[in-house]
Amino acid sequence: MKTVHSLIQRPWLAASLLAAMTTLSLPAMAGKTIDTIKTRGTLNCGVNTSLPGFSAADSQGNWSGLDVDVCKAVAATLLNDATKVKWTPLNASQRFAVLQAGEIDILSRNTTWTLNRDASLGLHFTGTTYYDGQGFMVTKKSKITSAKSLKGATVCVQSGTTTEKNLNDFSKMNKLNIKPVVFDTLEATNKAYFSGRCQAYTTDASGLASVRNKEAGNPDDHVILPDLISKEPLGPSVRRGDDEFFAIVKWVVFALIEAEEYGITQANVDQMKNSTDPVVLRILGASEDTGKLLGLDKEWAYRAIKAVGNYGEMFERNVGPKSTLKLPRGLNNQWNKGGLMYAPPVR
Amino acid sequence: MIPPGPPPPSRSRAWSWRSQAFRGLIYQILTLVLLVLAITYLMSNTFANMRTRGIQSGFDFFLQPAGFAIGESLFEFDSAQGYWVAYLVGLSNTLRVALIGIVLATVLGTLIGIGRLSNNLLVRGLCAVHVEVTRNIPLLLQLFMWYFAMTELLPSIEEPLRPMAHVFFSKNGLQYPLPEWSAGHWGTVVGLLAGVLAWRAWVRRAVHQFEATGQFRPARTHLTGVAMWLALTALGWLAGGAPGELSIPEVTEINVVGGGAVTPEYLTLLIGLSIYTSGYIAEVVRSGIQSVAYGQHEAAVALGLSRSAELRLVQLPQALRVIIPPLTSQHLNLIKNSSLAVAVGYPDLVSIGSTALNQTGRAIECIAVLMLCYLTLSLLTSAAMNLYNRRVRIQDR
Repeated sequence: MKTVHSLIQRPWLAASLLAAMTTLSLPAMAGKTIDTIKTRGTLNCGVNTSLPGFSAADSQGNWSGLDVDVCKAVAATLLNDATKVKWTPLNASQRFAVLQAGEIDILSRNTTWTLNRDASLGLHFTGTTYYDGQGFMVTKKSKITSAKSLKGATVCVQSGTTTEKNLNDFSKMNKLNIKPVVFDTLEATNKAYFSGRCQAYTTDASGLASVRNKEAGNPDDHVILPDLISKEPLGPSVRRGDDEFFAIVKWVVFALIEAEEYGITQANVDQMKNSTDPVVLRILGASEDTGKLLGLDKEWAYRAIKAVGNYGEMFERNVGPKSTLKLPRGLNNQWNKGGLMYAPPVR
Repeated sequence: MIPPGPPPPSRSRAWSWRSQAFRGLIYQILTLVLLVLAITYLMSNTFANMRTRGIQSGFDFFLQPAGFAIGESLFEFDSAQGYWVAYLVGLSNTLRVALIGIVLATVLGTLIGIGRLSNNLLVRGLCAVHVEVTRNIPLLLQLFMWYFAMTELLPSIEEPLRPMAHVFFSKNGLQYPLPEWSAGHWGTVVGLLAGVLAWRAWVRRAVHQFEATGQFRPARTHLTGVAMWLALTALGWLAGGAPGELSIPEVTEINVVGGGAVTPEYLTLLIGLSIYTSGYIAEVVRSGIQSVAYGQHEAAVALGLSRSAELRLVQLPQALRVIIPPLTSQHLNLIKNSSLAVAVGYPDLVSIGSTALNQTGRAIECIAVLMLCYLTLSLLTSAAMNLYNRRVRIQDR
């Protein structure tokens, strides 16, 4: 059963304190997270409150999106059922505290991988599922065509992100003197921008596309400027101290990426078990047992692919041409097609 | 008749296991030890957990450059300055909204509280509606209502209202020319303060005169006072070399920049907090006035005092003794409620604190500093109000 864990208005205050204070010592024991997940029967996954394409719930409470699919794939691998996930929608400012406190097992919430976060927050990023960059959205009416002409502009920002710092760096470097107006929720930020309070809205370019599509009265009235002012590799992260679980989340994503490279799809995954390609057979567990090394069974990757399709399918379905966002593949294409998606070999 | 009870227990100071004082002491020591143990346990557990999970801690980040810009600030802030300066900006923004909010809420609340006792049905009804509406809708919703109303209804930034030259009113808020700060303005500041003192002295003199002769012309006294204040300020400004640099809002291609500004975020918070708190203050004032014995009203009427003189000279001075303590807690509530600022995009202490938290990941440190700031602010407010309370309470003679 899926339950939507709704959090009250500003729980980060309590959460982050309670995170460290009330939980009893969780020793860094091998495989502990996996055992907990298996006994519990569900994977606890932290996602965005509402960012269509990455994570959003429909009217029946079914979650979908690229970030959501990562958790589904891990659930399929560990629990043999992609629906056994408990979703916890999180604000930008709550997410790390909730992961640290152990309320969720994976944080898959369009989160940028930075040194600061990787090194000092008690978590590990497991890889990149979407290569993004921070951009700006402006109204078509304003006739602004480049981020460099945002001199003296008021810009709407959501707090708790890397966005504020990037914006400041960009503004300083180009002497733009941009004034940020910072909100703590995505909803308030959207509302302020669309009511005309700010000349521009800034966040990751993918987020802009999602917001434009969902919130704008007429999406064509808003333009996403071509300039990207930062690198934003987005990916899932797990709590430190459990290398086995870390490795599983990491390799599930790699397997999904490699599946695309070798043409394994959700539809043909069963036929591919009879393939002659040794690489394909290895990924699907039809020859060597790669799962054993991860503490899993042979068909770990097969189940993940069967549940959500390969990375390319995830992309197309959620944010690519088949979705409403229609984002280009760009940097997120396979390495041999001009993109950055390069999975270490599953062998 | 009440039968004579047993003699009161002798309060002998002799030591005994059974002495009440001794047992009391033991219980107090026990409680204290348990409390200290509990806190020590929680703290050491926290730090142990943080270490095992590789979460770094410490206050050293306060000196590092903040690296983010702040939308509005009372003084110039550069992102290369440390986190502690950013916190100061947040604190000054909180004070800016809280202090003015307290004054507005008190004035509005007092008027509405008096209005609730009016003989006029319409005034009484409207004041009652105000109290019920403001007290019964959550503050966060009220703030959203004000903010979205304001951002929707204000004229767009491209086509601002221009009530006068160089004054703009739009979704940017109110933008107006502001004197550029220079050293010469210290003269103005000194003049301003001297003016306030002169005004006060003048009013005192008038009160003395009233007590001596019975002559009392409040309007004239205060007009002269204001004139003295303005004159001294102008004199100070001249003495400072009459600095005349103005920062004037300029229309750029996409925005209006420069000058002073009252942003919609600030206005929302100020209006929202003042109106919300005024509902509570109105009830405090009404109950205070009603606590004054009815005979006082009759006596005032018998003396031929007008309604306003009656309120000012008879009822309010007595009501104040009842009003001040609950009023203090309303003021404290207003200060604490200002922490909802980030919901409407105003960079107050909590907003800055949460940005710092997210950038550094030092949750416990950042929140501890926030709590300390609010605690200090609240205690200072309390202390000031207690001082005032001591002045207005009945003096035992």
